[in-house]
Amino acid sequence: MGFEKFLFYVFAAITLVAAGMVITRRNPVHAVLYLVLAFISSAALWILLEAEFLGIVLILVYVGAVMVLFLFVVMMLDVDIATLRAGFIRYLPIGALIAVVLALEIFLIVGPANFGLQQFPSPLPAGPDVSNTEELGLLLYTIYVYPFEIAAVILLVAIVAAIRLTLRRRPETKYMDPAKQVRVKKGPDRIRIVKMPSESAAVPAVAASAAPQESTE
Amino acid sequence: MIELWNALPVVIQILIKIIAIVLPLLGMVAYYTLAERKVIGYIQVRIGPNRVGWRGSLQPIADAVKLMMKEIVIPTKADKALFLLAPMIAIAPALAAWAVFPFDEGLVLADINAGLLYLLALTSLGVYGIIIAGWASNSKYALLGAMRSAAQIVAYEIAMGFALVGVLVAAGSLNLGAIVAAQEGNLLTWFWLPLLPLFGVYLISGIAETNRAPFDVAEGESEIVAGFHVEYSGMAFAVFFLAEYANMILISALSALLFMGGWLSPFPQAWTDGNAILGDGFHWLLLKTFFFMFVFLWLRATFPRYRYDQIMRLGWKVFIPITIVWILVVALAVLAELPPWWSA
Repeated sequence: MGFEKFLFYVFAAITLVAAGMVITRRNPVHAVLYLVLAFISSAALWILLEAEFLGIVLILVYVGAVMVLFLFVVMMLDVDIATLRAGFIRYLPIGALIAVVLALEIFLIVGPANFGLQQFPSPLPAGPDVSNTEELGLLLYTIYVYPFEIAAVILLVAIVAAIRLTLRRRPETKYMDPAKQVRVKKGPDRIRIVKMPSESAAVPAVAASAAPQESTE
Repeated sequence: MIELWNALPVVIQILIKIIAIVLPLLGMVAYYTLAERKVIGYIQVRIGPNRVGWRGSLQPIADAVKLMMKEIVIPTKADKALFLLAPMIAIAPALAAWAVFPFDEGLVLADINAGLLYLLALTSLGVYGIIIAGWASNSKYALLGAMRSAAQIVAYEIAMGFALVGVLVAAGSLNLGAIVAAQEGNLLTWFWLPLLPLFGVYLISGIAETNRAPFDVAEGESEIVAGFHVEYSGMAFAVFFLAEYANMILISALSALLFMGGWLSPFPQAWTDGNAILGDGFHWLLLKTFFFMFVFLWLRATFPRYRYDQIMRLGWKVFIPITIVWILVVALAVLAELPPWWSA
Protein backbone atom coordinates (compact mmCIF):
# COMPACT_ATOMS: atom_id res chain seq x y z
CA MET A 1 0.00 0.00 0.00
CA GLY A 2 2.87 2.34 0.84
CA PHE A 3 4.35 2.33 -2.65
CA GLU A 4 0.94 2.83 -4.24
CA LYS A 5 0.31 5.85 -2.03
CA PHE A 6 3.70 7.25 -2.96
CA LEU A 7 2.88 6.83 -6.66
CA PHE A 8 -0.46 8.51 -6.11
CA TYR A 9 1.15 11.57 -4.55
CA VAL A 10 3.78 11.76 -7.28
CA PHE A 11 1.24 11.66 -10.09
CA ALA A 12 -1.20 13.92 -8.25
CA ALA A 13 1.56 16.50 -7.77
CA ILE A 14 2.53 16.29 -11.44
CA THR A 15 -1.11 16.71 -12.46
CA LEU A 16 -1.56 19.80 -10.26
CA VAL A 17 1.69 21.45 -11.31
CA ALA A 18 1.02 20.74 -14.99
CA ALA A 19 -2.54 22.07 -14.72
CA GLY A 20 -1.21 25.21 -13.07
CA MET A 21 1.33 25.63 -15.85
CA VAL A 22 -1.42 25.32 -18.47
CA ILE A 23 -3.01 28.55 -17.30
CA THR A 24 0.15 30.46 -16.41
CA ARG A 25 2.44 29.77 -19.37
CA ARG A 26 2.65 32.65 -21.83
CA ASN A 27 3.51 30.44 -24.77
CA PRO A 28 0.37 28.64 -25.99
CA VAL A 29 2.35 25.65 -27.30
CA HIS A 30 3.94 25.16 -23.89
CA ALA A 31 0.50 25.44 -22.30
CA VAL A 32 -0.88 22.71 -24.56
CA LEU A 33 2.11 20.47 -23.84
CA TYR A 34 1.54 20.91 -20.10
CA LEU A 35 -2.09 19.96 -20.66
CA VAL A 36 -0.84 16.78 -22.34
CA LEU A 37 1.31 16.10 -19.29
CA ALA A 38 -1.72 16.66 -17.05
CA PHE A 39 -3.74 14.15 -19.10
CA ILE A 40 -0.98 11.56 -18.95
CA SER A 41 -0.57 11.83 -15.19
CA SER A 42 -4.33 11.68 -14.63
CA ALA A 43 -4.36 8.56 -16.77
CA ALA A 44 -1.73 7.17 -14.42
CA LEU A 45 -3.99 8.06 -11.47
CA TRP A 46 -6.87 6.16 -13.08
CA ILE A 47 -4.65 3.17 -13.65
CA LEU A 48 -3.75 3.30 -9.94
CA LEU A 49 -7.51 3.09 -9.29
CA GLU A 50 -7.55 -0.15 -11.35
CA ALA A 51 -9.43 1.61 -14.14
CA GLU A 52 -6.77 0.73 -16.68
CA PHE A 53 -9.20 0.72 -19.60
CA LEU A 54 -10.27 4.30 -18.89
CA GLY A 55 -6.69 5.38 -18.28
CA ILE A 56 -5.42 3.99 -21.57
CA VAL A 57 -8.42 5.33 -23.48
CA LEU A 58 -7.77 8.77 -21.98
CA ILE A 59 -4.26 8.66 -23.44
CA LEU A 60 -5.43 7.19 -26.73
CA VAL A 61 -8.26 9.64 -27.36
CA TYR A 62 -7.21 12.85 -25.65
CA VAL A 63 -3.44 12.72 -25.85
CA GLY A 64 -3.16 10.73 -29.05
CA ALA A 65 -5.80 12.50 -31.11
CA VAL A 66 -7.51 15.54 -29.57
CA MET A 67 -4.39 17.24 -28.28
CA VAL A 68 -2.55 16.58 -31.53
CA LEU A 69 -5.20 18.60 -33.32
CA PHE A 70 -5.00 21.24 -30.58
CA LEU A 71 -1.27 21.53 -31.09
CA PHE A 72 -1.83 21.62 -34.81
CA VAL A 73 -4.00 24.73 -34.44
CA VAL A 74 -2.04 26.41 -31.66
CA MET A 75 1.28 26.13 -33.50
CA MET A 76 -0.09 28.24 -36.30
CA LEU A 77 -1.35 30.97 -33.97
CA ASP A 78 0.66 34.12 -33.70
CA VAL A 79 -0.32 35.21 -30.22
CA ASP A 80 0.53 38.77 -29.35
CA ILE A 81 1.05 38.82 -25.59
CA ALA A 82 0.91 42.63 -25.36
CA THR A 83 -2.65 42.93 -26.69
CA LEU A 84 -3.70 39.94 -24.62
CA ARG A 85 -2.48 41.57 -21.46
CA ALA A 86 -3.95 44.99 -22.23
CA GLY A 87 -6.63 45.90 -19.69
CA PHE A 88 -5.53 43.15 -17.31
CA ILE A 89 -5.82 45.44 -14.25
CA ARG A 90 -9.10 46.91 -15.45
CA TYR A 91 -10.81 43.50 -15.73
CA LEU A 92 -9.04 41.95 -12.74
CA PRO A 93 -11.76 42.64 -10.10
CA ILE A 94 -14.66 41.25 -12.12
CA GLY A 95 -12.53 38.34 -13.33
CA ALA A 96 -11.42 37.48 -9.82
CA LEU A 97 -15.03 37.70 -8.59
CA ILE A 98 -16.24 35.26 -11.27
CA ALA A 99 -13.33 32.92 -10.50
CA VAL A 100 -14.14 32.90 -6.79
CA VAL A 101 -17.84 32.28 -7.43
CA LEU A 102 -17.07 29.44 -9.80
CA ALA A 103 -14.59 27.85 -7.40
CA LEU A 104 -17.16 28.09 -4.60
CA GLU A 105 -19.86 26.48 -6.75
CA ILE A 106 -17.56 23.65 -7.77
CA PHE A 107 -16.58 23.08 -4.14
CA LEU A 108 -20.23 22.98 -3.04
CA ILE A 109 -21.13 20.33 -5.59
CA VAL A 110 -17.96 18.27 -5.95
CA GLY A 111 -16.76 18.87 -2.38
CA PRO A 112 -16.61 16.33 0.42
CA ALA A 113 -20.30 16.83 1.29
CA ASN A 114 -21.40 15.03 -1.86
CA PHE A 115 -18.38 13.08 -3.03
CA GLY A 116 -16.57 12.41 0.24
CA LEU A 117 -15.34 9.05 1.43
CA GLN A 118 -18.62 8.51 3.35
CA GLN A 119 -20.65 8.70 0.16
CA PHE A 120 -18.14 6.89 -2.01
CA PRO A 121 -15.95 4.56 0.02
CA SER A 122 -12.98 3.24 -1.94
CA PRO A 123 -14.09 0.03 -3.65
CA LEU A 124 -12.58 -3.33 -2.80
CA PRO A 125 -9.66 -4.12 -5.07
CA ALA A 126 -10.78 -6.53 -7.78
CA GLY A 127 -8.90 -9.74 -8.44
CA PRO A 128 -6.39 -10.03 -11.27
CA ASP A 129 -8.89 -12.03 -13.34
CA VAL A 130 -11.47 -9.25 -13.57
CA SER A 131 -11.33 -7.69 -17.01
CA ASN A 132 -11.94 -3.98 -16.86
CA THR A 133 -12.99 -3.86 -20.48
CA GLU A 134 -15.63 -6.54 -20.09
CA GLU A 135 -17.10 -5.00 -16.95
CA LEU A 136 -17.31 -1.61 -18.60
CA GLY A 137 -18.89 -3.07 -21.71
CA LEU A 138 -21.49 -4.93 -19.67
CA LEU A 139 -22.48 -1.76 -17.83
CA LEU A 140 -22.45 0.47 -20.92
CA TYR A 141 -24.67 -1.79 -22.98
CA THR A 142 -27.16 -2.69 -20.25
CA ILE A 143 -27.79 -0.18 -17.45
CA TYR A 144 -26.32 2.86 -19.16
CA VAL A 145 -27.39 2.08 -22.70
CA TYR A 146 -29.63 5.17 -23.04
CA PRO A 147 -27.08 7.73 -21.83
CA PHE A 148 -24.49 6.00 -24.02
CA GLU A 149 -26.64 6.17 -27.14
CA ILE A 150 -27.78 9.72 -26.42
CA ALA A 151 -24.16 10.83 -26.03
CA ALA A 152 -23.42 9.21 -29.39
CA VAL A 153 -26.31 11.08 -31.03
CA ILE A 154 -25.20 14.39 -29.49
CA LEU A 155 -21.71 13.81 -30.87
CA LEU A 156 -23.16 13.05 -34.29
CA VAL A 157 -25.17 16.28 -34.19
CA ALA A 158 -22.02 18.17 -33.24
CA ILE A 159 -20.13 16.61 -36.15
CA VAL A 160 -22.87 17.47 -38.61
CA ALA A 161 -23.11 21.03 -37.27
CA ALA A 162 -19.34 21.56 -37.40
CA ILE A 163 -19.13 20.28 -40.94
CA ARG A 164 -22.11 22.36 -42.03
CA LEU A 165 -20.60 25.50 -40.50
CA THR A 166 -17.24 25.09 -42.21
CA LEU A 167 -18.45 23.66 -45.50
CA ARG A 168 -18.72 26.51 -47.95
CA ARG A 169 -18.05 26.73 -51.61
CA ARG A 170 -15.87 29.60 -52.64
CA PRO A 171 -16.20 30.02 -56.37
CA GLU A 172 -13.12 32.22 -56.66
CA THR A 173 -10.70 29.58 -55.37
CA LYS A 174 -9.63 26.84 -57.70
CA TYR A 175 -9.36 23.41 -56.18
CA MET A 176 -8.80 19.94 -57.44
CA ASP A 177 -10.63 16.75 -56.73
CA PRO A 178 -8.16 13.98 -55.87
CA ALA A 179 -10.87 11.37 -56.29
CA LYS A 180 -11.29 12.40 -59.93
CA GLN A 181 -7.54 12.58 -60.39
CA VAL A 182 -6.86 9.04 -59.25
CA ARG A 183 -9.48 7.78 -61.68
CA VAL A 184 -7.57 9.21 -64.64
CA LYS A 185 -6.31 6.46 -66.94
CA LYS A 186 -3.28 6.61 -69.14
CA GLY A 187 -5.26 5.74 -72.25
CA PRO A 188 -7.86 8.29 -73.23
CA ASP A 189 -7.38 10.79 -70.37
CA ARG A 190 -3.72 11.66 -70.26
CA ILE A 191 -2.00 10.77 -73.50
CA ARG A 192 -3.32 10.78 -77.02
CA ILE A 193 -1.54 8.24 -79.18
CA VAL A 194 -1.45 9.32 -82.79
CA LYS A 195 -0.94 6.78 -85.52
CA MET A 196 1.34 8.05 -88.25
CA PRO A 197 2.55 6.40 -91.40
CA SER A 198 6.31 5.96 -91.46
CA GLU A 199 8.07 8.59 -93.49
CA SER A 200 11.21 8.49 -95.58
CA ALA A 201 14.52 8.50 -93.74
CA ALA A 202 15.60 11.83 -95.27
CA VAL A 203 12.99 13.73 -93.26
CA PRO A 204 13.73 13.71 -89.47
CA ALA A 205 10.77 12.41 -87.58
CA VAL A 206 9.10 15.27 -85.71
CA ALA A 207 6.34 13.91 -83.59
CA ALA A 208 5.01 17.18 -82.31
CA SER A 209 1.43 16.04 -82.35
CA ALA A 210 2.24 13.03 -80.18
CA ALA A 211 3.52 15.14 -77.30
CA PRO A 212 1.90 14.12 -74.03
CA GLN A 213 -1.08 16.22 -73.20
CA GLU A 214 -2.00 16.98 -69.62
CA SER A 215 -5.51 16.16 -68.69
CA THR A 216 -7.71 19.21 -68.33
CA GLU A 217 -9.50 17.70 -65.35
CA MET B 1 19.86 -21.08 -11.72
CA ILE B 2 16.14 -20.91 -11.01
CA GLU B 3 16.75 -20.37 -7.28
CA LEU B 4 19.24 -17.63 -8.02
CA TRP B 5 16.72 -15.94 -10.33
CA ASN B 6 13.93 -16.21 -7.75
CA ALA B 7 16.18 -14.81 -5.05
CA LEU B 8 16.62 -11.56 -6.97
CA PRO B 9 14.34 -8.65 -6.05
CA VAL B 10 11.41 -8.17 -8.44
CA VAL B 11 12.70 -4.80 -9.62
CA ILE B 12 16.02 -6.35 -10.68
CA GLN B 13 14.19 -9.21 -12.42
CA ILE B 14 12.11 -6.72 -14.40
CA LEU B 15 15.20 -4.68 -15.26
CA ILE B 16 16.96 -7.77 -16.58
CA LYS B 17 13.91 -8.64 -18.67
CA ILE B 18 13.76 -5.10 -20.07
CA ILE B 19 17.44 -5.27 -21.03
CA ALA B 20 16.84 -8.67 -22.63
CA ILE B 21 14.17 -7.07 -24.83
CA VAL B 22 15.73 -3.67 -25.57
CA LEU B 23 19.30 -4.72 -26.38
CA PRO B 24 18.40 -7.22 -29.13
CA LEU B 25 15.88 -4.68 -30.39
CA LEU B 26 18.52 -1.97 -30.76
CA GLY B 27 20.82 -4.47 -32.43
CA MET B 28 18.03 -5.31 -34.85
CA VAL B 29 17.47 -1.60 -35.52
CA ALA B 30 21.16 -1.16 -36.33
CA TYR B 31 21.23 -4.06 -38.74
CA TYR B 32 17.84 -3.14 -40.19
CA THR B 33 19.45 0.05 -41.51
CA LEU B 34 22.12 -2.05 -43.21
CA ALA B 35 19.47 -4.43 -44.53
CA GLU B 36 17.55 -1.47 -45.91
CA ARG B 37 20.52 -0.15 -47.80
CA LYS B 38 21.45 -3.60 -49.09
CA VAL B 39 17.91 -4.60 -50.10
CA ILE B 40 17.18 -1.31 -51.82
CA GLY B 41 20.61 -1.49 -53.41
CA TYR B 42 19.95 -4.90 -54.93
CA ILE B 43 16.43 -3.89 -56.00
CA GLN B 44 17.98 -0.93 -57.82
CA VAL B 45 20.81 -3.13 -59.23
CA ARG B 46 23.49 -1.60 -57.01
CA ILE B 47 25.67 -3.32 -54.42
CA GLY B 48 24.95 -1.13 -51.41
CA PRO B 49 27.49 -0.49 -48.64
CA ASN B 50 30.40 -2.95 -48.97
CA ARG B 51 33.46 -1.18 -47.57
CA VAL B 52 33.33 -1.52 -43.77
CA GLY B 53 33.85 -5.07 -42.59
CA TRP B 54 32.96 -8.18 -44.55
CA ARG B 55 30.61 -7.05 -47.34
CA GLY B 56 29.68 -3.98 -45.34
CA SER B 57 28.63 -5.90 -42.26
CA LEU B 58 30.16 -3.32 -39.89
CA GLN B 59 28.52 -0.35 -41.63
CA PRO B 60 25.90 0.25 -38.86
CA ILE B 61 28.67 0.39 -36.24
CA ALA B 62 30.60 2.90 -38.35
CA ASP B 63 27.44 4.96 -38.79
CA ALA B 64 26.74 4.92 -35.07
CA VAL B 65 30.28 6.03 -34.24
CA LYS B 66 30.08 8.79 -36.82
CA LEU B 67 26.77 10.08 -35.44
CA MET B 68 28.06 10.00 -31.87
CA MET B 69 31.14 12.01 -32.83
CA LYS B 70 29.17 14.71 -34.59
CA GLU B 71 28.25 17.97 -32.96
CA ILE B 72 24.63 18.54 -31.94
CA VAL B 73 23.79 21.90 -33.44
CA ILE B 74 20.99 23.81 -31.73
CA PRO B 75 19.51 26.60 -33.85
CA THR B 76 19.79 30.04 -32.23
CA LYS B 77 16.10 30.76 -31.99
CA ALA B 78 15.04 27.21 -31.20
CA ASP B 79 13.13 26.33 -28.05
CA LYS B 80 16.14 24.61 -26.51
CA ALA B 81 14.40 22.43 -23.91
CA LEU B 82 11.74 21.14 -26.30
CA PHE B 83 14.29 20.77 -29.08
CA LEU B 84 16.28 18.33 -26.96
CA LEU B 85 13.19 16.67 -25.48
CA ALA B 86 11.63 15.84 -28.85
CA PRO B 87 13.89 12.91 -29.85
CA MET B 88 13.36 11.32 -26.45
CA ILE B 89 9.60 11.67 -26.75
CA ALA B 90 9.88 10.03 -30.15
CA ILE B 91 11.81 6.99 -28.98
CA ALA B 92 10.20 6.36 -25.58
CA PRO B 93 6.86 5.02 -26.89
CA ALA B 94 8.65 3.01 -29.59
CA LEU B 95 10.52 1.12 -26.87
CA ALA B 96 7.82 1.11 -24.17
CA ALA B 97 5.36 -0.57 -26.52
CA TRP B 98 7.39 -3.79 -26.33
CA ALA B 99 6.43 -4.20 -22.67
CA VAL B 100 3.18 -5.99 -23.53
CA PHE B 101 4.48 -7.84 -26.56
CA PRO B 102 4.37 -11.63 -26.13
CA PHE B 103 7.29 -13.41 -27.81
CA ASP B 104 6.03 -16.91 -27.16
CA GLU B 105 3.36 -18.68 -25.14
CA GLY B 106 3.49 -16.80 -21.80
CA LEU B 107 6.81 -15.13 -22.61
CA VAL B 108 5.84 -11.52 -21.99
CA LEU B 109 7.08 -8.74 -19.73
CA ALA B 110 3.66 -7.41 -18.68
CA ASP B 111 0.70 -9.66 -19.44
CA ILE B 112 -2.03 -7.03 -19.17
CA ASN B 113 -5.64 -7.47 -20.21
CA ALA B 114 -5.82 -4.30 -22.29
CA GLY B 115 -2.57 -5.02 -24.17
CA LEU B 116 -3.87 -4.11 -27.61
CA LEU B 117 -5.27 -0.83 -26.32
CA TYR B 118 -1.98 -0.04 -24.62
CA LEU B 119 -0.14 -0.57 -27.88
CA LEU B 120 -2.54 1.64 -29.78
CA ALA B 121 -2.20 4.38 -27.16
CA LEU B 122 1.58 4.25 -27.20
CA THR B 123 1.92 4.23 -30.97
CA SER B 124 -0.32 7.31 -31.01
CA LEU B 125 2.11 9.10 -28.68
CA GLY B 126 5.02 8.83 -31.11
CA VAL B 127 3.68 11.73 -33.15
CA TYR B 128 4.49 14.15 -30.33
CA GLY B 129 8.20 13.72 -30.93
CA ILE B 130 7.70 14.77 -34.54
CA ILE B 131 5.38 17.68 -33.82
CA ILE B 132 7.50 19.06 -30.99
CA ALA B 133 10.68 18.68 -33.05
CA GLY B 134 9.05 20.52 -35.93
CA TRP B 135 7.85 23.37 -33.78
CA ALA B 136 10.88 23.71 -31.49
CA SER B 137 13.32 23.90 -34.42
CA ASN B 138 11.88 27.29 -35.37
CA SER B 139 12.30 26.45 -39.03
CA LYS B 140 9.75 26.66 -41.84
CA TYR B 141 10.53 23.29 -43.32
CA ALA B 142 10.47 21.58 -39.95
CA LEU B 143 7.09 23.13 -39.10
CA LEU B 144 5.67 22.09 -42.47
CA GLY B 145 6.86 18.54 -41.88
CA ALA B 146 5.33 18.51 -38.41
CA MET B 147 1.98 19.78 -39.72
CA ARG B 148 1.88 17.16 -42.43
CA SER B 149 2.77 14.45 -39.96
CA ALA B 150 0.10 15.50 -37.47
CA ALA B 151 -2.66 15.51 -40.08
CA GLN B 152 -1.52 12.22 -41.54
CA ILE B 153 -1.22 10.42 -38.24
CA VAL B 154 -4.64 11.53 -37.01
CA ALA B 155 -6.18 10.27 -40.25
CA TYR B 156 -4.44 6.92 -40.30
CA GLU B 157 -4.76 6.26 -36.61
CA ILE B 158 -8.51 6.05 -36.96
CA ALA B 159 -8.22 3.50 -39.76
CA MET B 160 -5.61 1.59 -37.77
CA GLY B 161 -7.74 1.66 -34.64
CA PHE B 162 -10.76 0.35 -36.53
CA ALA B 163 -8.66 -2.41 -38.09
CA LEU B 164 -7.64 -3.42 -34.58
CA VAL B 165 -11.28 -3.30 -33.48
CA GLY B 166 -11.85 -5.97 -36.12
CA VAL B 167 -9.10 -8.09 -34.55
CA LEU B 168 -10.64 -7.51 -31.15
CA VAL B 169 -14.06 -8.63 -32.35
CA ALA B 170 -12.57 -11.70 -34.01
CA ALA B 171 -10.47 -12.71 -31.00
CA GLY B 172 -12.86 -11.58 -28.28
CA SER B 173 -10.01 -10.24 -26.18
CA LEU B 174 -7.63 -7.30 -25.90
CA ASN B 175 -4.89 -9.51 -24.50
CA LEU B 176 -2.24 -10.15 -27.14
CA GLY B 177 -1.57 -13.68 -25.96
CA ALA B 178 -5.27 -14.49 -26.17
CA ILE B 179 -5.43 -13.00 -29.67
CA VAL B 180 -2.71 -15.39 -30.83
CA ALA B 181 -4.41 -18.29 -29.03
CA ALA B 182 -7.62 -17.48 -30.92
CA GLN B 183 -5.80 -18.09 -34.21
CA GLU B 184 -4.70 -21.61 -33.19
CA GLY B 185 -4.86 -24.11 -36.03
CA ASN B 186 -2.99 -23.74 -39.28
CA LEU B 187 -2.17 -21.19 -41.95
CA LEU B 188 -5.83 -20.81 -42.91
CA THR B 189 -7.19 -20.23 -39.42
CA TRP B 190 -5.02 -17.18 -38.85
CA PHE B 191 -6.84 -13.88 -38.95
CA TRP B 192 -5.30 -12.64 -42.20
CA LEU B 193 -7.89 -14.59 -44.17
CA PRO B 194 -11.19 -13.60 -42.52
CA LEU B 195 -9.85 -10.09 -41.85
CA LEU B 196 -8.11 -9.65 -45.20
CA PRO B 197 -9.32 -6.06 -45.85
CA LEU B 198 -8.47 -5.04 -42.29
CA PHE B 199 -5.07 -6.70 -42.65
CA GLY B 200 -4.36 -4.60 -45.74
CA VAL B 201 -5.60 -1.43 -44.07
CA TYR B 202 -3.54 -2.15 -40.97
CA LEU B 203 -0.35 -2.75 -42.89
CA ILE B 204 -0.72 0.35 -45.05
CA SER B 205 -1.75 2.51 -42.08
CA GLY B 206 1.28 1.15 -40.23
CA ILE B 207 3.52 2.33 -43.04
CA ALA B 208 1.81 5.72 -42.95
CA GLU B 209 2.11 5.93 -39.14
CA THR B 210 5.82 5.28 -39.24
CA ASN B 211 6.25 7.98 -41.91
CA ARG B 212 7.83 5.56 -44.34
CA ALA B 213 7.85 5.80 -48.10
CA PRO B 214 5.52 6.09 -49.97
CA PHE B 215 3.87 8.04 -47.11
CA ASP B 216 6.97 9.94 -46.00
CA VAL B 217 5.60 13.43 -46.67
CA ALA B 218 6.70 14.48 -43.17
CA GLU B 219 10.28 14.15 -44.40
CA GLY B 220 9.80 14.67 -48.12
CA GLU B 221 13.42 15.39 -49.02
CA SER B 222 12.55 16.73 -52.44
CA GLU B 223 9.87 19.12 -51.15
CA ILE B 224 10.70 20.21 -47.62
CA VAL B 225 14.37 19.20 -47.34
CA ALA B 226 14.07 16.72 -44.49
CA GLY B 227 10.89 17.84 -42.81
CA PHE B 228 10.69 17.74 -39.05
CA HIS B 229 14.32 16.73 -38.40
CA VAL B 230 16.00 19.15 -40.79
CA GLU B 231 17.68 21.05 -37.91
CA TYR B 232 18.84 17.94 -36.04
CA SER B 233 22.35 16.58 -36.19
CA GLY B 234 24.55 14.04 -34.46
CA MET B 235 23.03 11.90 -31.75
CA ALA B 236 19.76 13.88 -31.62
CA PHE B 237 19.16 12.95 -35.24
CA ALA B 238 20.27 9.38 -34.58
CA VAL B 239 17.62 9.02 -31.87
CA PHE B 240 14.89 9.98 -34.36
CA PHE B 241 16.35 7.44 -36.71
CA LEU B 242 16.32 4.75 -34.03
CA ALA B 243 12.71 5.58 -33.17
CA GLU B 244 11.59 5.30 -36.78
CA TYR B 245 13.21 1.91 -37.25
CA ALA B 246 12.06 0.62 -33.86
CA ASN B 247 8.53 1.61 -34.85
CA MET B 248 8.85 -0.22 -38.16
CA ILE B 249 9.97 -3.37 -36.36
CA LEU B 250 7.07 -2.95 -33.92
CA ILE B 251 4.49 -2.62 -36.69
CA SER B 252 5.98 -5.64 -38.49
CA ALA B 253 5.95 -7.72 -35.32
CA LEU B 254 2.38 -6.64 -34.56
CA SER B 255 1.21 -7.55 -38.05
CA ALA B 256 2.75 -10.97 -37.51
CA LEU B 257 1.13 -11.27 -34.10
CA LEU B 258 -2.37 -10.01 -34.88
CA PHE B 259 -2.95 -11.32 -38.38
CA MET B 260 -0.37 -14.05 -39.06
CA GLY B 261 -0.68 -16.13 -35.91
CA GLY B 262 2.40 -14.87 -34.06
CA TRP B 263 4.49 -17.80 -32.89
CA LEU B 264 2.03 -20.39 -34.26
CA SER B 265 3.30 -22.77 -36.90
CA PRO B 266 1.61 -22.62 -40.31
CA PHE B 267 1.27 -26.42 -40.33
CA PRO B 268 -1.61 -28.24 -38.67
CA GLN B 269 -0.92 -29.71 -35.24
CA ALA B 270 -1.04 -33.32 -36.51
CA TRP B 271 1.92 -32.85 -38.87
CA THR B 272 4.25 -31.21 -36.42
CA ASP B 273 3.78 -33.31 -33.29
CA GLY B 274 6.95 -33.11 -31.24
CA ASN B 275 8.95 -31.39 -33.97
CA ALA B 276 10.77 -28.38 -32.51
CA ILE B 277 11.38 -26.67 -35.86
CA LEU B 278 8.03 -27.22 -37.54
CA GLY B 279 6.04 -26.79 -34.32
CA ASP B 280 5.02 -23.50 -32.72
CA GLY B 281 7.84 -21.33 -31.47
CA PHE B 282 9.53 -17.98 -31.33
CA HIS B 283 11.34 -18.65 -34.62
CA TRP B 284 8.04 -18.48 -36.51
CA LEU B 285 7.30 -15.05 -35.02
CA LEU B 286 10.78 -13.90 -36.00
CA LEU B 287 10.38 -15.24 -39.52
CA LYS B 288 7.03 -13.51 -40.00
CA THR B 289 8.37 -10.28 -38.54
CA PHE B 290 11.33 -10.37 -40.91
CA PHE B 291 8.95 -10.84 -43.82
CA PHE B 292 6.98 -7.71 -42.92
CA MET B 293 10.20 -5.78 -42.29
CA PHE B 294 11.24 -6.75 -45.79
CA VAL B 295 7.88 -5.54 -47.15
CA PHE B 296 8.61 -2.10 -45.67
CA LEU B 297 11.87 -1.91 -47.62
CA TRP B 298 10.34 -3.42 -50.74
CA LEU B 299 7.60 -0.77 -50.78
CA ARG B 300 10.11 2.01 -50.28
CA ALA B 301 12.17 0.83 -53.22
CA THR B 302 9.11 0.39 -55.43
CA PHE B 303 6.71 3.29 -55.03
CA PRO B 304 7.11 7.02 -55.57
CA ARG B 305 5.92 9.34 -52.79
CA TYR B 306 2.19 9.86 -52.50
CA ARG B 307 0.91 13.37 -52.98
CA TYR B 308 -0.25 14.92 -49.72
CA ASP B 309 -3.94 15.42 -50.57
CA GLN B 310 -4.17 11.92 -51.98
CA ILE B 311 -2.82 10.52 -48.72
CA MET B 312 -5.62 12.30 -46.90
CA ARG B 313 -8.18 10.98 -49.35
CA LEU B 314 -6.90 7.42 -48.99
CA GLY B 315 -7.04 7.62 -45.21
CA TRP B 316 -10.40 9.26 -44.71
CA LYS B 317 -12.41 8.27 -47.76
CA VAL B 318 -11.12 4.78 -48.55
CA PHE B 319 -9.70 3.10 -45.46
CA ILE B 320 -12.16 4.26 -42.82
CA PRO B 321 -15.27 3.17 -44.80
CA ILE B 322 -13.62 -0.20 -45.61
CA THR B 323 -12.83 -0.85 -41.96
CA ILE B 324 -16.30 0.13 -40.74
CA VAL B 325 -17.99 -2.19 -43.24
CA TRP B 326 -15.64 -5.06 -42.46
CA ILE B 327 -16.08 -4.74 -38.70
CA LEU B 328 -19.78 -5.29 -39.32
CA VAL B 329 -19.04 -8.32 -41.51
CA VAL B 330 -16.71 -9.80 -38.90
CA ALA B 331 -19.23 -9.21 -36.12
CA LEU B 332 -21.91 -11.02 -38.13
CA ALA B 333 -19.49 -13.87 -38.91
CA VAL B 334 -18.66 -14.23 -35.21
CA LEU B 335 -22.36 -14.26 -34.35
CA ALA B 336 -23.02 -16.88 -37.02
CA GLU B 337 -20.04 -18.89 -35.68
CA LEU B 338 -18.63 -19.19 -39.17
CA PRO B 339 -16.27 -22.18 -39.46
CA PRO B 340 -13.33 -22.73 -39.34
CA TRP B 341 -12.53 -19.54 -37.45
CA TRP B 342 -15.37 -19.17 -35.00
CA SER B 343 -16.94 -22.61 -34.84
CA ALA B 344 -17.81 -23.18 -31.21
